[in-house]
Amino acid sequence: MALLKITSPHVHGTNSTSRVMAKVALACAPGIMALTLWFGFGSLCNIILCIGFCLSFEAIALKLRQRDVRFFLSDFSAVVTALLLGIALPPFAPWWLIAIGSFFSIVVAKQLYGGLGFNPFNPAMVGYVVLLISFPVEMTTWLPAMANSQGLGTIEGLAQVFAGHAFTSLDAYTGATPLDIVKQNSSAVLSDLYQQQSVFKNSHFAGTGWEWVNLAFLGGGIYLLWRKIFTWHAPISMLGTLAVLSALFYDGGSSSSPGSPLLHLFSGGTMLGAFFIVTDPVTSAVSNKGRVVYGIGIGALVFVIRAWGNYPDAIAFSVLLMNFAAPFIDYYTQPRTYGHVKKPGKPSQK
Amino acid sequence: MIELITHNTLYSALIALGGLAAVFGAVLGFAAIKFKVEGDPLVDQIDELLPQTQCGQCGYPGCRPYAQAIVDGDAINKCPPGGQTTINSLANLLDVDAPSLDEEHGEESEVKKVAYIREDECIGCTKCIQACPVDAILGAAKQMHTVIASECTGCDLCVEPCPVDCIDMLPLAQEIKDWSWELPQSLPLIATDRTHAADDAEEENAA
Amino acid sequence: MRQIWDIPGGIHPPENKTQSTGDAIANIPLPAEIVLPLNQHIGAPAIPCVAVGDKVLKGQVVAEAQGLVSAPIHASTSGTISAIEQRFIPHPSGMMSDCIVITPDGEDQWTTLHPVPDYKALDHAELVALIRQAGIAGMGGAGFPTAVKLNPRADRKVHTLILNGTECEPYITADDMLMRERADEVVAGTLLLAHILGTPETILIGIEDNKPEAIAAMQAAVDKHAQQSRGIAIDVVSFPTKYPSGGEKQLIQILTGKEVPSGQIPATIGIVVQNVGTAVATYRAVTFGEPLVSRITTVVGETLKQQRNIEVLIGTPVDHVLTLHGYQAEKKSRLIIGGPMMGFTVEHTNIPVVKTTNCILVPSNEEIPPTQPAQACIRCGMCAEACPANLLPQQLFWYSQAEDTEKLEQHNLFDCIECGACSYVCPSNIPLVQYYRASKGTIRQQELAKKQSDRARQRFEFRQERIAKAEAEKEAKRLARKKAAEEAKKKLAAQAGNEPEKNAATSSAAGSTTPVPKTPEQASTGATDTNQLPKLERALSSAKSREERAQQQLAEAKANGEDARIEPLSARLKQAELKVKEAEEKLKAYQQGENLPSSAVPEKLQQKLSLSPRQKAEKNIETLQKRIATAEEKLAEAEQANASTTDALRQGVEKLNQKLAEAQRELEATAEDGITAEKGAAAVDAPTMSAAEIAIAKAQAKAAAQASMSDDEKNQAQIASLQKRLDKARERLAKAEAENNDNIDAFRIGVEKLEAKLAEAQQPQTTP
Repeated sequence: MALLKITSPHVHGTNSTSRVMAKVALACAPGIMALTLWFGFGSLCNIILCIGFCLSFEAIALKLRQRDVRFFLSDFSAVVTALLLGIALPPFAPWWLIAIGSFFSIVVAKQLYGGLGFNPFNPAMVGYVVLLISFPVEMTTWLPAMANSQGLGTIEGLAQVFAGHAFTSLDAYTGATPLDIVKQNSSAVLSDLYQQQSVFKNSHFAGTGWEWVNLAFLGGGIYLLWRKIFTWHAPISMLGTLAVLSALFYDGGSSSSPGSPLLHLFSGGTMLGAFFIVTDPVTSAVSNKGRVVYGIGIGALVFVIRAWGNYPDAIAFSVLLMNFAAPFIDYYTQPRTYGHVKKPGKPSQK
Repeated sequence: MIELITHNTLYSALIALGGLAAVFGAVLGFAAIKFKVEGDPLVDQIDELLPQTQCGQCGYPGCRPYAQAIVDGDAINKCPPGGQTTINSLANLLDVDAPSLDEEHGEESEVKKVAYIREDECIGCTKCIQACPVDAILGAAKQMHTVIASECTGCDLCVEPCPVDCIDMLPLAQEIKDWSWELPQSLPLIATDRTHAADDAEEENAA
Repeated sequence: MRQIWDIPGGIHPPENKTQSTGDAIANIPLPAEIVLPLNQHIGAPAIPCVAVGDKVLKGQVVAEAQGLVSAPIHASTSGTISAIEQRFIPHPSGMMSDCIVITPDGEDQWTTLHPVPDYKALDHAELVALIRQAGIAGMGGAGFPTAVKLNPRADRKVHTLILNGTECEPYITADDMLMRERADEVVAGTLLLAHILGTPETILIGIEDNKPEAIAAMQAAVDKHAQQSRGIAIDVVSFPTKYPSGGEKQLIQILTGKEVPSGQIPATIGIVVQNVGTAVATYRAVTFGEPLVSRITTVVGETLKQQRNIEVLIGTPVDHVLTLHGYQAEKKSRLIIGGPMMGFTVEHTNIPVVKTTNCILVPSNEEIPPTQPAQACIRCGMCAEACPANLLPQQLFWYSQAEDTEKLEQHNLFDCIECGACSYVCPSNIPLVQYYRASKGTIRQQELAKKQSDRARQRFEFRQERIAKAEAEKEAKRLARKKAAEEAKKKLAAQAGNEPEKNAATSSAAGSTTPVPKTPEQASTGATDTNQLPKLERALSSAKSREERAQQQLAEAKANGEDARIEPLSARLKQAELKVKEAEEKLKAYQQGENLPSSAVPEKLQQKLSLSPRQKAEKNIETLQKRIATAEEKLAEAEQANASTTDALRQGVEKLNQKLAEAQRELEATAEDGITAEKGAAAVDAPTMSAAEIAIAKAQAKAAAQASMSDDEKNQAQIASLQKRLDKARERLAKAEAENNDNIDAFRIGVEKLEAKLAEAQQPQTTP
């Protein structure tokens, strides 16, 4: 009987990796809907292209590595990576940009390291950062938030994606993101800034559209927390750190202010990062205590880079930097095992 | 004086660098003494890793001489009883690449073997007793000899001297108390490329 | 209400406990045979004390405990011992082990029992001895001999006794049913255990809250006991159901909030935990004198028509049990001994129920589907959430895969209780527990190997030391002799100054007697020279075996049509062939070269080098005797001539005599040292050499004739192998003869023995 060499337990919970990934994908839905609602179908376009490219690259890489393609594709991890990358890219990103990003995400950051579970860096963020550094212009042309009807039409959008230019100049449509505006600002006090810039005019606290997108991702994150896909430790400590730091350095709105806590929490990719990227289990610290440290590190780095760095947003950089630190954090946050009194983290004297 | 130094960039640079050098030198020197690692001499550490079969297949009369030879620069892949595991740990200790076993010195055996004397054929010549490096054979002149199985290292050295060829190297039977689970063999599904790498290495060696 | 604590982690698998609690505990008819494995407990196996054919009665000891941690085995029914042999036993390895087999006579007749109605009359040691003799071992599943647990070290005061009625594993209800139906016995057993342990302050019975009937029954029994007011308070504590709260360490944490230090037993913190089944067995063993011959086992699974708990005799084949419960083999997915979380699968149903078998689970394929293939670990951390020991299972998995034993121990692999909670929650279906078990096994093996190699090193070093010491002693003696000889010479020179001629003769004689010093360098160079040959031979044989292997692999690849492998394999084969050739050439070159230098060495020197201490001593004696003879001659001469040197010469003779005696003593000493002494007789020359040759020729002829005559292949093979060995031995003999070395005798004896064997082997062929 072939089963002889199978050790206990003989029963198994109903959980499975593909189910986890499917839930994560499902939890992205409100955020994607909000993005589509406020920024047009550009993000949807990105996501579809990303999924296509990522799955193809994954399949090719698996084939080359002589693995069972269907078995590994069915864990849906490539789909989740594609979703995150697609959401992170500016809407209507040209197809070649997406192809390059997908290649780096799937082939370089993931499969070259041995596939799912072996990658030290978050694949989607690697792809994003490669693009951000290599193609800064394409990567920073965000459309201003508006209702779909006012944005690019279907044909123009597709032309932008596949031909590289729209029939009408895209410049007419691009606008700075709220974090950009605060970053570029050098003279105006924030309250004036809010009056001047269209992004803030109709918004409540963190920029038109952006606040809703972030709220939607927050909702998705809470769903995942409820389904126990991940623990609260990393996202909450990241958001907490970001909130505390931005509150500490918020001087009430002077021209050199890095922005209010609400702006930091609900603008840019904060919520997406907190619940969908920081929580990537593969690349984060493993113990709960370690995840708290990991989250705090990301929160602090996000604020530091946003406030004093060169880039308006910093989720990707912070996550990658803390990915580096994850093994180190693991080393010092080993939980105390039952029956051990010695301080955890220190290598035991055996 | 100070004026001269502060106004002369060359002097100030020299003094600054010299000062730094002195301070760091002192710190390093202090650390070297204070945190000195009291370790075994290298020979002992190597000897620890060798399997202590004392078989001499490496060409040295015992494990310790071979350990000494390794310290003196001999290759670390001459120990068939230890096999790849020993080579790897030696490579780890000495911080060098792990070569594969030099098969000129013999092959790695998968099962542990011990010597067994067919006692009715033994003529009591004591030759095996003298050959045994760990005194694991019991007997006296013109008396039947026997192997203390628990002490036998399986070194093979007693087989050759036996004039009547009554010593066999028999694999140790696996007993239920020695049994343990094996690592799951469904590994190809889990994407480590180690198995492939091992195959490649083997092929390279063969070529 | 007592305070209870929570354990970290834990899971809630489907309980599946109702199937088997519908019926009362039942008895089943006697099986056709009873199989009693000798090792049903942790510790040394028992030693049989009955022989095949013996009649035994129920409860009679059939195997005695061996050593401290062990337990005896009793016949579980009356009958005849039909075999003591290897049988399959319930063990995850699927291996066989020694068992005593009883064919029941159907009477089920008890042996004479010795009940102790009032255990308070006995002292602690007597009670522990009684329990040990009853063969009781932990019935919860681990099987640790109970007597050992009840005998904690004197310096450890036990303040808490915990009765484990948790039974957190799904499916198993043996303890549940026991507590429902025999609560009084459980309480009585608890009181007995408490008495043996010196009445601890706290006595707890821990039960999970998914067994309300058992809790109620136990509470009622405890209340009844309290009414009789014997002054001992027992607390029935229920706590939330969670797997694995029934683990000993986990239960201690739940009930007391304390943790057992890693690598220690609960007794170190003054706690003893016993299974409720064990308590009942102990009670019955003392009060009724009944040894452990039966236990309650849950028989459950959808492939059975009837699922219930049975009181089954130890040694009853699982086969028998399953048949009685309407087992439908075609539906089964696996046969599990124990629960689904920690039990193990077995291949056969022809294994017996043993003392630790608390459940026989035969689920259908729908109930427990086959294991899904493992996917990649995504480090989700759900395993760490589930781990009751606060380990990091995913890290352990990682290091286990990498076989990084150092890191594994650093991450406290050995604190893993193998509960399987991590594997249960793993979304990637990774068989984590198997990784840990395998790694634990590897680490234990490595530790054992390390211990053995340390021992080997010690023995090797000791041997070296001994040899060096012997060498040094010999050297010292030789020096002393030389010195004495020189002194004597001087004296002689001084005293016999007027006889320069003779003196010179003696001194030259004395000089020639000093043996050629055998320096260690010489010895070692000789050794390395002779080492060269076996080394080359080994290289050749290894190269050959590589070639063979390559050929085999190639053939396999070809047979299987693995085109991709054929090319590299044939390359490898070619490589191996080249190596063989090279090795052969080397060997040939060496063999050709070898004869030249060895013949160049003077034979005498070689002989001297190969002298054994004994031979040396003998030679010494010989020369001494010669010298005495000459000295006596001289003395006689001097006496005749009435020379003035008579006295001096007489003294010389006496001295020489003394020396001779000394040398003889030495010889005796070397002879006594049986291990290092060579066969002295070997030194004697061999007059029968040619006779041996004739014998060989005869044997050869005979063997050849016999071999060609016989038709029994098996015998022929044996003869052929003997022949081969004989040839080899002869070769050696011839070589020894050619070199005239001192092993001739030994070789000859070997050849003779082999010849005798050969003749023996050939005999049965000639007779028919």
